[in-house]
Amino acid sequence: MKNILKKHGYIIFISSLFILSMIFNELNQSRLVSFIIMTLLTIFAGFHIFKKAFMDLKYKIIGIDLLVTIAVIAAYMIGDLFEAAAVTYLFTLGHYLEKMSLEKTRSSLKAMMDLKPLQARLITLDKEDMVSLDSLKVGDILLVKVGEKIPTDGIIIEGNVFIDEQMMTGESMPVEKDISDAIIGSTVVTSGYLKMRVTKVGEDTTLSRMIHMVEEAQDSKAKTQKFMEVFSKYYTPLIVIFSIFIFIMTKDIRLSITMLVIACPGALVIATPVSFVAGIGNAAKKGILFKGGDSIEKLSKGEIVFFDKTGTLTKGKPEVVEIKTFHISEEELIKIASIGEAYSEHPIAHAIIQEAMKNHVDIKDKPKNYQSIKGKGIKFSYQDKIYSLGNERILENPLMGEYQMAYHKFLNVGYTTLLLANENQVLGLIGIADTLRPKTELLMKDLKSLGIKKTVMLTGDQEIVAHQIANQLGIDNVNANLYPEDKAQIIKSYQDEYHTIFVGDGINDALALSYADASVAVGGIGKDLAMETADVVLMSEDIGKLKDAIKISRKVKINMIQNIIFALSVVFFLMIGVLLNQVTMSLGMLVHEGSVLIVIINAIRLLRFDIGGNHVKRLRTKQLHQESSHL
Amino acid sequence: MKKTVLQLETLTCPSCIRRIEGTLIKLEGIETAVVKFNASKVEVVYDEMKQSDESVLKVVKDLGYKVISRK
Repeated sequence: MKNILKKHGYIIFISSLFILSMIFNELNQSRLVSFIIMTLLTIFAGFHIFKKAFMDLKYKIIGIDLLVTIAVIAAYMIGDLFEAAAVTYLFTLGHYLEKMSLEKTRSSLKAMMDLKPLQARLITLDKEDMVSLDSLKVGDILLVKVGEKIPTDGIIIEGNVFIDEQMMTGESMPVEKDISDAIIGSTVVTSGYLKMRVTKVGEDTTLSRMIHMVEEAQDSKAKTQKFMEVFSKYYTPLIVIFSIFIFIMTKDIRLSITMLVIACPGALVIATPVSFVAGIGNAAKKGILFKGGDSIEKLSKGEIVFFDKTGTLTKGKPEVVEIKTFHISEEELIKIASIGEAYSEHPIAHAIIQEAMKNHVDIKDKPKNYQSIKGKGIKFSYQDKIYSLGNERILENPLMGEYQMAYHKFLNVGYTTLLLANENQVLGLIGIADTLRPKTELLMKDLKSLGIKKTVMLTGDQEIVAHQIANQLGIDNVNANLYPEDKAQIIKSYQDEYHTIFVGDGINDALALSYADASVAVGGIGKDLAMETADVVLMSEDIGKLKDAIKISRKVKINMIQNIIFALSVVFFLMIGVLLNQVTMSLGMLVHEGSVLIVIINAIRLLRFDIGGNHVKRLRTKQLHQESSHL
Repeated sequence: MKKTVLQLETLTCPSCIRRIEGTLIKLEGIETAVVKFNASKVEVVYDEMKQSDESVLKVVKDLGYKVISRK
């Protein structure tokens, strides 16, 4: 109770005065008491307004406070004490409520800031100490136990853990991390423990940079918003002139001061920024970063989506996808090939060794007489036998019969294909390909259902691989064998007809990112350049979030249009009401402040509702769960 | 040149932007003054010979805004 009084004391005080004023206004007796009460209310509720108006005059700015002050003084002078008191009260109350609700629209950012843990467990030579986060330095060694938040960005030097990165990426499945993996501050260890070396502290950490980006985004001015600001800049002085004009014409001071009060562009000016702020905040919670209102507007208009292939639609890491053997077992084939590739740094070699490790094949032995032949493959000996591993040119004799058929079958589906042969015969084929990210097929269907007219894949890869993937996904157009600058040219060629969206992983496609009307970078964590260039950053590797991002951008846009239409119609109908002498000054102020509140509340809907996927709902039920279990 | 960032209480009306920016920029020694409405922050770059953190803070307070913190 004490707290409520302390926090809201001022509002309770002026509200009581207002109720008294209303009673005395109705009773219409004891004029002295009403005079005192109403004057007190005008002074107490209007003090801030008058002060601001005075400042505005000093710096030659015409703002809403000045309009209200003129109106109040005029009302007071013509003896309309109740109107003067009511207008100041409603204006102050309105601002008070707006402040509380605006804080709500900005709450996502505060929630992000609250994610930061306060302490870290620092490991020194012989002991561990709890230290404050501010005292951490790059290179410090920290211990993080299960259930704890990782204090800051770093690299694992000991331990194997599952980490919940939901707060950063919006991804609800915990991710497995091992020695030498990078970890992000404020994510939570859900199982295991780890020792880490700190790589970033303070303002440089991923979380701090994300907070900074959201903050910048919320204050970047979209086109619509700039227009509104210019509008309100000229609109307010115009209203003053208009009121004076009405007074000269009608000699009705009540009418002209009512005009001053109701014409304030409050709801109109705030209509756009509140929707953007709420939308950007909600998206950030799902691991989708919009760079600003402009980015939201651009994405919402997108009609055609271009995808980079490698690293965006595919994982960007070659994997063994098919094996065919002749005369030996699959395990043996992989074992011999892996041992042969032991010294190679090539990604293809890495894929084969990965496959062996995945199947727990023993590959401790090393090859002898290892020899790498450029453009062909390798030759080596193992257990006194000589092997060749590579494309068909590594073989002494041309491929024949079933070997040739199998080899071409692999090539035709777009695999990078390796042959393993001993001195006498071919032993098997290994098909390697860059595999699709999960949910990519679903995404293409979702985009169509969102009304996206066309999907196009742009890749530097060869035709056959590109078509193979495009067919699998159901992508409309494919452009293969491209250089990075070609991608930008192709996007440009569509721009006359469509609003373009380009989706890339930020590697080799900075140019395309900057050319498209709206650009989206996938897997933004740790990719600074892509995060800088793209309009929208999907923090996780989950490309399916593109659908959520487009949905959010459209919802925000609709919300903004609703707000603008509503605000305009309120002003319009109020004006008519005033001109027909149906609206008093205090009623005008009530409607005006009410409309501002409604606009804010409409924007708050963007925070509450699950506007992209089903993520927020799940988070909220989880929170409720936790809260109730604490009770 | 020195940069200071003031965190204000929640700003409610966009006219605050012009009031604060307009006032600060007219003072001597203020290079730039930017109000971030949604973050409720004021970023001021000024000449240390002519202004100080305190003088900037005072102007903003005089305009009727509560300053929560300073960086």
